[in-house]
Amino acid sequence: MAWFKREKKGIITTTEEKKEAPDGLWNKCPNCKKPLHYTEQVENKYVCHYCNYHLRIGSKEYFSILFDNNEFTELFGNLKSGDPLHFEDTKKYTERLEDSYKKTGLNDAIRAAQGKVNGIDMVIACMDFSFIGGSMGSVVGEKIARSIDHCIKKKLPFLMISKSGGARMMEAAFSLMQMAKTSAKLALLSKAGIPYVSLLTDPTTGGVTASYAMLGDINIAEPGALIGFAGPRVIKETIKKELPKGFQTAEFVLEHGFLDFIVDRRHLKSKLSAFLRMVE
Amino acid sequence: MSTSFDFEKPIADLQQQIDKVKQVADKTKVDMSATLAELNGKVEEAKQQVYNNLTGWQRVQISRHPDRPQTFDYVSMMCDDFLELHGDRTVKDDKAIVGGFATIAGQSVMIIGHQKGKNTKERQYRNFGMANPEGYRKALRLMKLAEKFNKPVITLIDTMGAYPGLEAEERGQGEAIARNLLEMSVLKVPILSFIIGEGASGGALGIGVGDKVYMLENSWYSVISPESCSSILWRSWDYKEQAAEKLKLTSGDMFANKLIDGVIPEPLGGAHQDPKYMADVVKEQILKDLKTLSKKKIDDLVNARIEKFCSMGVVEE
Repeated sequence: MAWFKREKKGIITTTEEKKEAPDGLWNKCPNCKKPLHYTEQVENKYVCHYCNYHLRIGSKEYFSILFDNNEFTELFGNLKSGDPLHFEDTKKYTERLEDSYKKTGLNDAIRAAQGKVNGIDMVIACMDFSFIGGSMGSVVGEKIARSIDHCIKKKLPFLMISKSGGARMMEAAFSLMQMAKTSAKLALLSKAGIPYVSLLTDPTTGGVTASYAMLGDINIAEPGALIGFAGPRVIKETIKKELPKGFQTAEFVLEHGFLDFIVDRRHLKSKLSAFLRMVE
Repeated sequence: MSTSFDFEKPIADLQQQIDKVKQVADKTKVDMSATLAELNGKVEEAKQQVYNNLTGWQRVQISRHPDRPQTFDYVSMMCDDFLELHGDRTVKDDKAIVGGFATIAGQSVMIIGHQKGKNTKERQYRNFGMANPEGYRKALRLMKLAEKFNKPVITLIDTMGAYPGLEAEERGQGEAIARNLLEMSVLKVPILSFIIGEGASGGALGIGVGDKVYMLENSWYSVISPESCSSILWRSWDYKEQAAEKLKLTSGDMFANKLIDGVIPEPLGGAHQDPKYMADVVKEQILKDLKTLSKKKIDDLVNARIEKFCSMGVVEE
C-alpha cells in the first residue's frame, strides 16, 4: 500500500507549475455562508441560490442585469469631484478621492446611462457603494440633475438605483444642497409627466432617503435592504433601547407604507418594464 | 451675567472687577469714576477682541446659547398678530416645529419655525427642537395653505436635526423631508428662510428651500453637527473644533461659498445680548424682501428658486 505513503517530502510542484484559482471565482454568501460560484452568481443576478440573499453589487452589475444585451451609452461619465472646502480629517479629501479612483476604477459614487430595458428606451442612474460609501456629494447631485434634464428633453423614463450611506461629509453644505437640487429637478420631471421609479437597495440612508430615493412615482426596494433616515446606531444611542428585529428593513418600510413593493432582483427587469408599459 | 462661555472669560473678569470697584465706591463714597471709565474702556476693547475673532466652534456655542431668541420670540417681537395653527391632519401635532398666520407691518404672512424651548420642561415638551415627520408634514400643510391664499412664507430654522427616533422612522422621516424639498421648490408664493440658530442637515433644509436664505451672523448651517462629524470622521468626540473649522459652517463661509443669500449681522456677542434689536433687523430684512419679491411674476420666482439650488455644487469636467 505504497500509494498513500508520501515518499518524497514537502511540496514538490514548482512555483511556475502552480495552478492559481482565480480570485473571486468562488465566494461565500455573507448571509448563509455557503460557497457560491461566480458564473452561477452572475446567472442568478447576484442572488444567493440557497437563501435568496441579495449580494451587494454596483452599477456595472445593475446595468448588465437591466439593459438589453448589456448595451448602453454612459452619460456625463467625465464628472469628477472638486474639493471646494479643502477638506481634511485624518486624511485629505483629495487623497481619499485618488484612493477611491484607484480602488474602484470609478469617477464617483454614481453612474448614469441610457439604454433599452426590454425594448423601452430609458435612463438609469445607479450609485456605487464602493466609492466612499456611496456618499452623495456634488457629483452625485449634478449627475442626477443632468440625467433628469436629459429625461425631460428626450421624454425618457428614469430609474434611480440608490445605495448610499447618505451625504458626503467632506463636501459639507455643498452635499446638503444636493438634496434640494435633486428634489427640485424631480418636481420638474413630475410636471413633465415622465415616470420616475426609485429603487432602494442595501443600504439607503440619510440625505439620500430624505431626497430623491423617497420621491419615486413608485418606490421599490430589494428584499432585506436597510432603508432609513437616521442610522440604526444613532437611533439606538438616542432612544437608549434595543431596536426591534427587522427594524428599518425593506419589509418594515413596506409595512409602514413608504414602498410600493419589494422586488426580487431576478424579477426586477420584468417588473420595471411592466410598470413602464402600464403608465405609457 | 447669565450663561457665558470660556472664551468670554476676559470680558467676564473685567466685568467682575467693575462690579467690585462699584461696590467699593458705594461703600467708601470715594470717587472711582476714572478707574471705572478705564475698566469700561477695557471691557469694550476685550469685547471687540473676542467677538471679532470668533472661531467656527465658538459661533456654534453662541448659536446654542440658552437665551438666544427662538421662533416664538421673533413672532412676538416682529408681528402685530399671530394665530398659531396645529397638526399635520394625519398623526398628531408636532411641538418642535410651530407655525401659523401672522401680520408683519400690516401684511399677512405664514410663519413656520423650530422651537427648542427655554427651560428643561419646555425643552422636553418641544423635543429640543428636533421634529418628527409630522412636524415637516405640518409645515408643508401650512405652506400649502399660504399658497392657497397667496401669502408669503417665512421660515425660521433652529434645529440640531430631525429627530432620529424609532417612531420617526416608522412614520417616514426621510419621506417627509424629501416631500418638503420637492414641494417647497415649486411653491407658488415667495419663501424667505432664516437660520436663526442651528441649521443641522436635512432637519434644517426640510423647511429651508427659500427664494432668499439668510443666516444670522452667529448661526451655523451644514450637513452634520461638528460633534457628529468628529465622531464619524475622526472616530472620537474630541475633534469638534477642527470639524467646525473644516465644515465651513459659519455664515461668512456659507455666504462666500454662495450657499446662502446673505448674512444678518447680530448685536456684539450674539443675538441674546439684544433680542429686540435682533428681531428688528430680521423684520427689516423681511419687509425689504417681501417688497421686491412680490413684484416678481410667480413663475419667474419659482424658476429662479429652482435655478439657484440647482447651481449649487462644485464639479470638474
